[in-house]
Amino acid sequence: MNKDKENHFDVIIIGAGVVGCSIARELSRFKVRVAVLEKESDVGWGSSCRNSGVIHAGFNNKTGTLMARYCVEGNQGFQNIARELNVPFKKSGKLVVAKDNSEIAELKRLKKQGELNGVNNLDIIGEKEIRELEPNIQGIAALLSPETAITSPYIYTIALAENALKNGVRFYLNTEVKNIKKKANGKFVLKNKNTDFRADYLINSTGVYSGEIARMAGIDRYRIYPCRGEYYVLDKNASSLMNHLIYPVPHIEEGGLGIHLTPTVDGNVLIGPSNEYIDINKRNDYAVTMEVLSKLCKEAQEFLPAISPRDFIRNYAGIRSKQTSPLQGGYKDYTIEESEEAPNMINLIGIESPGLTSAYPIAKKVVTMIDKKEKLSTNTDFNPYREGILRFEEQDEETKRKLIEQDPDYGEIICRCEQVTKKEILQAIDNPLEARSLISIKYRSRAMMGRCQGGYCQTRIMELLKEKYGYKWNDFLLRGTESYMLTGNRSNGVKAYD
Amino acid sequence: MIKKDVIVIGGGAAGLAAAVACREKGIEDILIIERESDLGGILKQCIHDGFGLIKFQHSYTGPEYAQKYIDQVEERHIEYLLDSMVIDITNKKIITVVNKKGLKKYQAKSIILAMGCRERTRGAIGIPGTRPAGIYTAGVAQNLINLHNYMIGKEIVILGSGDIGLIMARRLMLEGANVKMVLELLPYGSGLPRNFNQCLFDYDIPLYLNHAVIDIKGNKRVEAITMAKVDRQGEVVLSSCKEVPCDTLLLSVGLIPENELSKMAGIELDPLTGGPMVDEYGQTTVSGIFACGNVLQVHDIVDNVSLEAEHIASGVEKYISSLLKLKNYISIEIGEGLRYVLPQRVQYLADDTTFSFRVKKPDNKKQIIFKNNNRIIKKRSFIRVNPAEMIRIKLTSSELSDIKHLKVELT
Repeated sequence: MNKDKENHFDVIIIGAGVVGCSIARELSRFKVRVAVLEKESDVGWGSSCRNSGVIHAGFNNKTGTLMARYCVEGNQGFQNIARELNVPFKKSGKLVVAKDNSEIAELKRLKKQGELNGVNNLDIIGEKEIRELEPNIQGIAALLSPETAITSPYIYTIALAENALKNGVRFYLNTEVKNIKKKANGKFVLKNKNTDFRADYLINSTGVYSGEIARMAGIDRYRIYPCRGEYYVLDKNASSLMNHLIYPVPHIEEGGLGIHLTPTVDGNVLIGPSNEYIDINKRNDYAVTMEVLSKLCKEAQEFLPAISPRDFIRNYAGIRSKQTSPLQGGYKDYTIEESEEAPNMINLIGIESPGLTSAYPIAKKVVTMIDKKEKLSTNTDFNPYREGILRFEEQDEETKRKLIEQDPDYGEIICRCEQVTKKEILQAIDNPLEARSLISIKYRSRAMMGRCQGGYCQTRIMELLKEKYGYKWNDFLLRGTESYMLTGNRSNGVKAYD
Repeated sequence: MIKKDVIVIGGGAAGLAAAVACREKGIEDILIIERESDLGGILKQCIHDGFGLIKFQHSYTGPEYAQKYIDQVEERHIEYLLDSMVIDITNKKIITVVNKKGLKKYQAKSIILAMGCRERTRGAIGIPGTRPAGIYTAGVAQNLINLHNYMIGKEIVILGSGDIGLIMARRLMLEGANVKMVLELLPYGSGLPRNFNQCLFDYDIPLYLNHAVIDIKGNKRVEAITMAKVDRQGEVVLSSCKEVPCDTLLLSVGLIPENELSKMAGIELDPLTGGPMVDEYGQTTVSGIFACGNVLQVHDIVDNVSLEAEHIASGVEKYISSLLKLKNYISIEIGEGLRYVLPQRVQYLADDTTFSFRVKKPDNKKQIIFKNNNRIIKKRSFIRVNPAEMIRIKLTSSELSDIKHLKVELT
């Protein structure tokens, strides 16, 4: 499959979330021209950077569903991918904690379901064992899942994209698909503001927008019900309060796993997410709300009374792309299919939790679907490894000493809370995808993510952007186009002297 | 391992004054470690005046005030490191420092903590809404405007009436921005009375007490905030909600002493101040490690930072000469009407002890009383008290002799 023209690809993936980027990387194992179109100014800015970062074991999902199968497979394969892509991964294990006797039956059911799904090492433990594992947690029994792990969802998405890029995939950021035209030969023309893109195959991995993108191609059967989840981020101080992920016993009809406590790979703790369906037109409304924030705090304290609002450093919200309406509740299995209306388009619909865990198996499935139609030949140059940014803070003292000797930029700590050096920030700025919003730098380096939320380092990072990249006031963006940080250079005191 | 008599962490107002005072006491081997490229700390960006009225009976700007101490550091050839970050302190007083030249370890006989404080953020107080560009803490805005010559917004709402917020209200007006209002959650202002007059009322900027921001709108840049009244129980009065179009929300909602290093050294903190528990010399619970300035308690006036820093030098000098002798341990009790009292203990009684504290709420015609059981040791009357203004009262060692317990209260 060879294309001579610019913007003409064998496969175009719409949406650079964790699923889109996984598919891009899996396709780059083959000799195909692949492009990813993303409306935001960086990869992973939808649900992929707005979740709990959990690599689920796979006991929550109904046996026989794609959700269950992909989750178990994704969990078991994650360690290998994390190693290849240099992505944080920690098998923290999870406790689903029953508050009273009425919830124990559900624990047993989950254990059985998990075992049927192929989850290893599940165990139900009593109050005494809970206390031994988690002295601060209140509960009478718990399902212990040692296979449940955590990762950094945005680093994972970035790593997939960077590795795909290295293996030949083209990424078009700030490129929103406005219109899809199906040609008589079954191929596609995609219209952005200024550019046309042509593709033989189209992959719709656009999360909450997937219904709309499918509709552009004439498929009008997918309904997405956006369901928001709000979170609190706790200071690293709070990480000493717990070792495992701590979940309540889920109520299936709610269609979420309940407000839980998740230690992150960086040492923070997350409280959340809540579960609130929102209007389809508000599917990009990542606001957190007064009501939910107070609820989060209250519910988390039921498990862990030691949690204090003093430890709150940030809040955020993500949006699940559910296929079940508020009335139906619960879950509907992933839809991964081609349709008669547009046979060469693969739609990925309702990829909600455990979507992060399932991204890799989903990507493999999509590649198989394309391979069936178009025999793919192996890209022998494929390199599965990505180096990533070495974290100074995580090194031992001797390594730190050597790093500074090799490069004095390691000796300049710019972000004090997360101990991020100038070297790491320059690497983050100089990223292969050329995403230069402050948030892009934050996700890549962890600068501005600590307890002072950039109070100390933000102005220093802006100074680096000015020094190294000649930034003018209007070049500083927080989160992509139009999110101007500044409104001008300082004037000469107009108003006071009028 | 490099050996030093005294290492001062932080080259801002507190660190500079402490280092100079230590040299005055005859300590030769002093090192100041500063993470920025210049000495002076936060004073560098405080280009307004009003600094030095107590200490020098003259109103200086922040940079001028800092320069007075920087000059003294230079004249006395006190050694300092710039662009150097302390990444670890142990209770054995071993300090790990990182800079471009490498990672080095220092063994100090005594350490002075002078790391200052940081600003409370939007996330910490949990303001609901979206997270677009245009939300700044007052100090970051001050840095961008005064040190980098950038403008941060045009239509501005300020939440919190702390001093930096008030100073920035005026600063932004002078730079041509429209400061629409200042909202304060409490029934009274948090900043110094003079700042309300000079920075808000002189510029006709309205102040809304008992008000909160309960929503932020805008996906890219702030488009509006929703303000609402808060009742006496702290509950939002939903019927009072009002949307205010603006492109910037500035936060001046409190300062937090920066004690991450203190924790590494195992120093016990006082939840009331956020700073270390100290004795009359500012000595923390790890002997030989002292603290002064905003890392100990958030000050409203830099002159008091300097005074506090100068005072601890006599303790540092005695400590390294092994002259600190426990005499009489006095525990301090916080009585009615006070938010906190420093120091938390008195134990040497070699010099006078200056107590500093803040009242819980503004009031008129009040007395501060120092009591041992029912015996009044000292009494001071005030026409007005205000939580925004730290009160400092000195007790002599003879006033404190022979007691085990001291209660400080407002009546």
